[in-house]
Parts: sequence; C-alpha cells; structure tokens
Amino acid sequence: MTADPGVEQDLGTDEITLADSPWVTIVWNDPVNLMSYVTFVFQQHFGYGKKKAEKLMMEVHEDGRSVVSTGTREEMERDVQAMHEYGLWATLSKSD
Amino acid sequence: MTTGFVRHRRSKRAIATLTVFEADLLRSLAGQLVELLHNESAVAAVDADPLEALLDFSGPTTAPSDPVLARLFPDAYREDDESAGEFRRYTESALRDSKSQAAASIIDVLEDAGLPDDPTDDDITIDVELEPQTALVWLRSLTDLRLALGTRLEIEDGQEDFWDSLPEDDPRAATYSVYEWLGFLQETLVRSLER
Repeated sequence: MTADPGVEQDLGTDEITLADSPWVTIVWNDPVNLMSYVTFVFQQHFGYGKKKAEKLMMEVHEDGRSVVSTGTREEMERDVQAMHEYGLWATLSKSD
Repeated sequence: MTTGFVRHRRSKRAIATLTVFEADLLRSLAGQLVELLHNESAVAAVDADPLEALLDFSGPTTAPSDPVLARLFPDAYREDDESAGEFRRYTESALRDSKSQAAASIIDVLEDAGLPDDPTDDDITIDVELEPQTALVWLRSLTDLRLALGTRLEIEDGQEDFWDSLPEDDPRAATYSVYEWLGFLQETLVRSLER
C-alpha cells in the first residue's frame, strides 16, 4: 500500500475509534432454507459446534435474524460473501 | 420416488439412486439455473458519464431486476446503497461464476453416472455417488434451485396448508411438488454429511 505523495499521514482519534468498532454479520430468516441446512452451514463455515450452530439457527428462525459473527469490516464482508455463496440471506453492519 | 441420499460407511460418499425421470428433471433445472445466471449479464449499470461506464470492467453496482437473481445476490448492506453497490461490484461476478459452476457440476455428475442425453427407457436408474467436496457443491446448488423455485412461487413462511391443498390442475402444484422433492433430496444430503 502506498500513501499519496506529499500528503501527511495523520491517524486522528476518529480512525482509532473506527478501527476499534467491530462489525457484525447478520443472517436473516427466509421461508425457503431448511433448518438442518442453515445449522450445517454455520458449522461448516464458522467451525461452530452443533449446539451453538443450532442456537443461532433457532434465533434466525424465531427472531427473524441473528448475529452470526463479529470482526473487522473486511472479515464480515468475507463472511457475508460466503453466506451468499451458500444461499443464505446475510448482511453486515456496524455493531451498535 | 427414491430414498434420497445415504452415507456409504466405508467410502464416506453420499450415495443416491435416482429414477431416470428424477435425474433428467434435476439436469433440466440445473441447466435452467446456468442459463438464468448468464442471461441477465452481470454488467455495470450505465453511469452518468458514458466514458467512465465504458472503462468500468468490474461488476454491477445495482441489484439484478429478476427476483430470483435478486434473492441469489442480495444487498450486503441494508441501509447503505453506496457500500452495497461497492460490495456488489467486487463480488457478484465471482458469485455468479461459482453458482453456475456448482449447477454445472450437478449436470456433469448425472451424465457421468449414465444419464442419457435423451432418456427413452423409463426403467433405468442413475446411481449418484458424491465425494464429500462434491456433496458440498450439490448442497449449495440444491439451495440455489430451491431459492429459484421458491421465489417464482412466492413461497412465504407458514403457508404449507395452502400449498398442500392446491388442486392438482393448478399449474403451481407441479412446481411445488418439485420444490418439495428438492427439499427432501437436500435434507437427506445434509443428514448424510452430518458429523
């Protein structure tokens, strides 16, 4: 990565706050995907144990959504892309 | 009607015996998905600046207009169109390719297993054997097929009674039974892979 020549690099407090704020991947309920498959995807992609994967799946099913992973924005974009590849409806957003 | 997938204990493969009718149906659906994925091409929306649009070789920034494609490639950001557009620009083309390759893999496996181009003998069966990696590809593609049919049928939560009571001559009844069959096939495939 290269900096713009002549531009002074100044990491202010804003950037530090931003870097510290985690992002989240949210999976939303949809009427098509099978409960067993959603559980399987959480185990397969995130490496979660069956209990945790089932708990998250039930949250999606009953509450309409569940936060399934937390991390940097780049990491969450990778998770969302993977979820879309599996056919799950996922979004990312900044954690509240 | 077949019994779906089971895991072969020694080889760890997921195996299923399909009727030639089922295999032919699956091939046809996978072929339609490949076509749909290439049909409405993933091109960048025309920008206000035509030169900029011409020089833009990356992916699209707006959601596809076809509802099935919009479901397969949803916005990654709910309240931030600009970020959603950027994400789409960098991911949608690769996702389309990956989904298209997965559907093509279904066709390849069925034909390698002996599905003729134009099946005329109803009595033959097609033995499908999937290595664990291929089984994952099938799982993803069966999901895409169910999402496609479910979106076309406008399926919503809690409507099972409505769909189950459709009269047989309703054109949606046949599509729904295919949708249900794909769900059954996928369910048995998930079970066969569970650790």
